[in-house]
Amino acid sequence: MARNDADLTSRPSVSVHAPGTASAGVMPSTAPVMQLRDVSVYYGSYEAVRGTSMPIQQNQVTAMIGPSGCGKSTVLRALNRMNDPIPGARVSGEVLYHGQDLYAKDVDPIQVRRRIGMVFQKPNPFPKSIYDNVAYGLRINGIKGRLDDHVEEALTQAALWDEVKDKLRKSALALSGGQQQRLCIARTIAVKPEVILMDEPCSALDPIATAKIEDLMFELTNDYTIVIVTHNMQQAARVSHYTAFFTAEVDEKQVRHGRLVEFSQTGKLFTNPADKRTEDYITGRFG
Amino acid sequence: MTLTTKSPDSRSTLAQRGGSARADRIFSWWTLGTGLLVLAVLGLILITTVREAWPAFDAMGPRFLTERIWDPNPATGDAIFGALSFAYGTALSSLIALLFAVPVSIGIALFLTELAPRRLRGPAVTVIDLLAAVPSVVFGLWGILVVAPALVPVYQWFHDVFGGVPVLGSLFGQVSSGRNFMTAGIILAIMVTPIITSITREVFSTVPRADKDAALALGATRWEMIRGAVFPHSFGGIVGAVMLGLGRAMGETIAVALVIGGSTNITANLFAPGNTMAAVIVQQFGESTGTYTAALIGLGVVLFAMTVLINVLAQVIVRRAEARMKGSR
Repeated sequence: MARNDADLTSRPSVSVHAPGTASAGVMPSTAPVMQLRDVSVYYGSYEAVRGTSMPIQQNQVTAMIGPSGCGKSTVLRALNRMNDPIPGARVSGEVLYHGQDLYAKDVDPIQVRRRIGMVFQKPNPFPKSIYDNVAYGLRINGIKGRLDDHVEEALTQAALWDEVKDKLRKSALALSGGQQQRLCIARTIAVKPEVILMDEPCSALDPIATAKIEDLMFELTNDYTIVIVTHNMQQAARVSHYTAFFTAEVDEKQVRHGRLVEFSQTGKLFTNPADKRTEDYITGRFG
Repeated sequence: MTLTTKSPDSRSTLAQRGGSARADRIFSWWTLGTGLLVLAVLGLILITTVREAWPAFDAMGPRFLTERIWDPNPATGDAIFGALSFAYGTALSSLIALLFAVPVSIGIALFLTELAPRRLRGPAVTVIDLLAAVPSVVFGLWGILVVAPALVPVYQWFHDVFGGVPVLGSLFGQVSSGRNFMTAGIILAIMVTPIITSITREVFSTVPRADKDAALALGATRWEMIRGAVFPHSFGGIVGAVMLGLGRAMGETIAVALVIGGSTNITANLFAPGNTMAAVIVQQFGESTGTYTAALIGLGVVLFAMTVLINVLAQVIVRRAEARMKGSR
């Protein structure tokens, strides 16, 4: 795949992404897209998450679950360097993307985010038209010509096109919450990332809108690798192929740290967890 | 369960509590009163100034606005009071001020909200706010003693280089002294920069983290993030800040009076001396009597009207922009 030798140090003038062909549910035979090796995230001197190691498999959905304050969102944001703007935030260990450490000195965070996109908890469209929301990423990435086609393609992929095709010039803020979140997904996939990180994308949505996003995630695994943080265990069980369970631990100095307890295939983690803490959590005895 | 605290065993637990109801009434009367007070003061200012200015309006008629000659003591005939050249000076010097101050202010505000290291922000804000605390007469004296003489060679250079260029050349005409529209505009720019900076800074700091994250997650550089997330969110606030700055620039009196040169000029030449309405009032009020005094007050009325007009216009612009963003169009 062309992306394996992706150069993260400079912005390419034109970049056409050839989507992967592996379909959802099929066990990948290739090496993982991303690999975390002993990743710890610090805010100043506080170690928020300690020693996390796990793979992110291509064209699969990887879910991160766990109680509040377990560091799952922090780890997610470390995957595309979204913690960078936070003063004092620091990452140790290696976050490998096709074997390349995203925190190496010469890596440009802008190139990282270009390939590893993110959808947030609260739908956050720009206060612009629907069209301009999707076109924004295309424009800043220098994708020229036939912008209309790209916008339509992204909105179609995000299962939103039919609902908005007659009001592309209207403000995105006039859409419903679920539509706004699908617009945010459209905006993210418009720039053709390889990995999409989703930080509790349905927590602000009603069940119907949630179901639509979950269906969409399944569709998207044809072309994208998805990592989702969720509070909702049923959701993780429904949508993901792999699940990572995090929890908060208190160390000898009474300081809380997030920690990865268990990582395995979703079916196994929910039916036959290896760790007692995982079992307690998924059976509702804790969290 | 009971909703009162004073009489827990009372049956009528849903009745209003006497004390807080009274406080609530007093509060609403107080706020209404202060709101009306502003309107009353504005109305009274308008009424009394128009009345005081009436002899001049009566003598000149509409010519007060269209006449460029201002001659309170002519050798023969009646005095002529035309506000046009001063209105022009007010508009031109304020425009120059905004041209310099707006980009600089937005730049400073962006630096302080997006780029500056946290420990630099506090001191930088203090310094800028101090700039706003400098009395305007000090700016005026600094302008007349330091800035104006220092700028003469610069003006001369512009005149020498661009003076011959068609259209553009008319802006950079003969330099007679350092006291002219341009110097006034520059001094005004320095005076309004702190105001515009501090308001735009507040506005930028209200842009939700989520919006900035959205841009960054798409691979935006800092500047692309500012253009895509910060500016669209801040449009109304920026216009408001610029309008406050413009109001200050148009109304500034003593600093302008000292550096603008004091002549009735309507010319594109930025290096020509001119005058503004506010400056004329302060320069000539002491020596005026009768209709002359009325004419000066009339200038104040025109200035007042111009300011109100511009503010209304700005509000219309902001409302339309916001309506478009919220999707009602």
